[in-house]
Amino acid sequence: MTKKIIGSTLCALLLSTVGVFAHAEEVRLQGSGASFPFPIYSQWFRDFSKANDDVRVDYQSKGSGAGIRDFINEVVDFAGSDAAMNDEEIAEAKKGVVLLPITAGEIVITYNLPGVKELKLPRKVYPLIFTGEISKWNDPLIAKANPGVKLPDKKITVVVRSDSSGTTYVFTGHLAKINASFADKIGQGKSPQWPGETRFVKAPKNDGITATVKQTPGSIGYIEYGYAKLTGAPSAMLENYSGNFVKPDETSGSAALASAEFPDSSLPGNSEVPDLRAWVFDPKGTDAYPIASFTWLLFPKDMPDEKAKAARELVEYCLTEGQKTASSLGYVPLPENVIETVRKAAQLIK
Amino acid sequence: MTNISVPKNAPQLQKQWFERRALFNTVLTGLVWFAALLGSIPLLSVIFMLVMEGGSRLGWETLTALPPAGFDQGGGFGNAILGTLTMVAIASAISIPLGLLAAIFIGVLYPHSTTASAARFVAKTLTGFPSILAGVFTYAVLVVTTGYSALAGGIALAVLMLPTVVLAAEEALRQVPKKMSDAAYGMGCTRSQVILKIVLPTALPGVMTGILLAIAGAAGESAPLLFTALFSNYYISDLMEPTASLSILIYNFSAMPFENQIQLAWTASLTLVLIVLVFNILARLIGQPKI
Amino acid sequence: MTVNPFNPSDTTDSVCCQPTAKEYTFDSVFRAICYSAALAIIVLLIYIVLEIGIKAVPSFQEFGFGFITGTTWDAVAQEFGVLPEIWGTLYSALLALVLGGVLGVSIAIFLTQDFIPAKIAVVFRTMVELLAAIPSVVYGLWGIYVLIPLLRPMSVWLNEHFGYIPFFGTELNGPGMAPAALVLAIMILPTVAAISVDALRRIPYKLREAVYGMGTTRWEAILKVILPTASSGILAALVLAFGRALGETMALAMLIGNSNQINLSLFAPANTLASLLASSFPEADNMEVQALMYAAMVLLAITFLVNVLGYRIQQFTMRKFEGKP
Repeated sequence: MTKKIIGSTLCALLLSTVGVFAHAEEVRLQGSGASFPFPIYSQWFRDFSKANDDVRVDYQSKGSGAGIRDFINEVVDFAGSDAAMNDEEIAEAKKGVVLLPITAGEIVITYNLPGVKELKLPRKVYPLIFTGEISKWNDPLIAKANPGVKLPDKKITVVVRSDSSGTTYVFTGHLAKINASFADKIGQGKSPQWPGETRFVKAPKNDGITATVKQTPGSIGYIEYGYAKLTGAPSAMLENYSGNFVKPDETSGSAALASAEFPDSSLPGNSEVPDLRAWVFDPKGTDAYPIASFTWLLFPKDMPDEKAKAARELVEYCLTEGQKTASSLGYVPLPENVIETVRKAAQLIK
Repeated sequence: MTNISVPKNAPQLQKQWFERRALFNTVLTGLVWFAALLGSIPLLSVIFMLVMEGGSRLGWETLTALPPAGFDQGGGFGNAILGTLTMVAIASAISIPLGLLAAIFIGVLYPHSTTASAARFVAKTLTGFPSILAGVFTYAVLVVTTGYSALAGGIALAVLMLPTVVLAAEEALRQVPKKMSDAAYGMGCTRSQVILKIVLPTALPGVMTGILLAIAGAAGESAPLLFTALFSNYYISDLMEPTASLSILIYNFSAMPFENQIQLAWTASLTLVLIVLVFNILARLIGQPKI
Repeated sequence: MTVNPFNPSDTTDSVCCQPTAKEYTFDSVFRAICYSAALAIIVLLIYIVLEIGIKAVPSFQEFGFGFITGTTWDAVAQEFGVLPEIWGTLYSALLALVLGGVLGVSIAIFLTQDFIPAKIAVVFRTMVELLAAIPSVVYGLWGIYVLIPLLRPMSVWLNEHFGYIPFFGTELNGPGMAPAALVLAIMILPTVAAISVDALRRIPYKLREAVYGMGTTRWEAILKVILPTASSGILAALVLAFGRALGETMALAMLIGNSNQINLSLFAPANTLASLLASSFPEADNMEVQALMYAAMVLLAITFLVNVLGYRIQQFTMRKFEGKP
């Protein structure tokens, strides 16, 4: 008897939970894609949904590639990507694509050297650490740039990403641009062939690298600026194109983005939509931090009216209110001229 | 007075600790105690870590509020709990009947037929099916046409639960003593009556073990849900829309740089384990035959 | 109650009687449903193989069997080979099965052979089954934050003193085979333990009493009679556990190090087919997706072959212990 009561209560509970929370009709926008901007998107979209009663925006991070695939398969309303879209992918999108850079971030090199508060890595040096050519911390090239700093006679443990990622794509893109040896041996990629030595260790995602570097004295790795800032991981000062050693923060990131130039053309197969894909693999500004990148939101050109309206309002929100919260979360606010360009392009979402 | 001489190598009545057989026994008993303790160390370690990191947030607010974003404090994962329960319910509704009926066929009805051997092999091969593939498969089959939904999530989980249910149930059904079913046949029962009234109730503990193991595993899977149910920051209102789940919440929040969310990830893991524990206890209460 | 002994079906009072027509139809329908359920499972696998196989065909045409012997996975150069992953899958699953299997069966014996009072045994068993409920992501995190820091000094010591043994050839610098295999063992432990407990509990009391009545010690009884009688159930548990170990995705993707090398050392990073899928799929482009589907087919083939092997072992055991042909 007790069994029957328990069993039927459980079933009743389970069945009743579905359908209890039916909502009033509201426009829903579902997005998926890059994990790099996930922290800031979740804040923006939630705030936007709260401010507008009749719209609900959701975003799930599963990787830029998976997001693009979802976008092409039309199972999501929009996608996020760290690597924009290449021409073939744009050709596959049946409803057209509007590519909008919506925020940007920096990639920092974090390290674990007990007692070392500031580490300067010259332009010629840090790519070679990642090709494996510089293998010890007290290498003369590193020591020369850091006078007075006690560097241990230890092998450098290099921590890289085990999963394929847009962050790696941007990082290797920069290294390949400024150093021929890196371009030759490893090259740019989402999941490049790092050297197979045991000094090179792989960890999953940003938090994996942060944790591994923290646990391994004498290690070095690359993570997003937001991560370094919010977890207090030390970041190295990198020498930029002009020869200055720059610390990663909002101003140096903005300076890097300022030199971004969008190609003066439109997306392939689409005469109206401007091509807003730009990379700053080697920014020229005096105060620019060397490793920065945009991240894009992808909207179909052709959306149902109410969704298109919601999408345009969403973009407007991100360009105005959103930019204010960007720096506290560890992202770089877009320069004014970029905001204008994006605003104009967003009007094409119909 | 008679002289009883006990031969020298007669067995003693007292336990001889260093005699070969007794020593063997003691050593092995020690080893099995060691194994039991060794097996409990990781369990205790993980549970300890979950309680330490997440136990402080466990409360009504956390269990009913919606997930926080960015620098928010507070928040919870009520929608994720509901989503996980819904999708596990859908998965169980698909895999338990299907698995049980198939197990009855393979284990009891026609165990030596080619169909049974084939089905048995298929079930064994599916045990090694990577969870991400179940998601990709359901994505290709269902999601591209109907979009992300709790139903798709449930189906992907059902594919993962099926082999465990089938194999554990088949083994349990096969081991029911023949005399019991023979006696029932002797009384004039049809085969299905024997199975449903005699064999299945006797095999119930073993079948329940399989079901519980399958449910526990499915509740914690995140990879298949990434491709079928995605996530939602709101309570579920429809089976055909993206649905939150505890496992995806943990996957998302554990990789964020915000203290609040990392803590919620731990609390969510603890909640998941507690839910399965409650389920386990309830199922044992229902399933144990009262001797 | 009148019973005509010369025509028992004549009586209306006895419980024993021939089935009614309604019961016959129910029986046929029920058996047909069971048959379709078994067929449905076979159809499911065929459907899965078709869906994944079709996507894998272009990759198969491109790489052929060189895929299985190749050792680089390079999406940029479009070179794909999964030999290191096959090695990693089999090595990690085998290590996990040995460790998890031995521990699981020992725990099952511990719980069922009167080593502890029955009430405590129930609690302990529930605790062990709880291990199955822990999400694989949490196992991955536990591995990163607790297990790897714990193993690292041990690996350094072992490498220093026993480095000439290939198993300790390198140091643990982060994720590697050892933490992955250990976590995998812990993940399959509940499956082995729970199903073995059921198998051991099914053994009728009189068998145990007969053996003890012959004067065996507890362990002689366990090793010579009880375990062999329960062997089919324990083997089923091990098959299920091994399959799980072969296909484990999330936790291994975080702990195995994702390095395409073949190394006997327990502390070197490696890669498995399932974790390759998990790490590469989200960002893969079309060509890589096809190669990944090919890798998935390889994994299914390996699981199949392993189960054929297990079946042969099972037949051999049954012949030896249960006297069946």
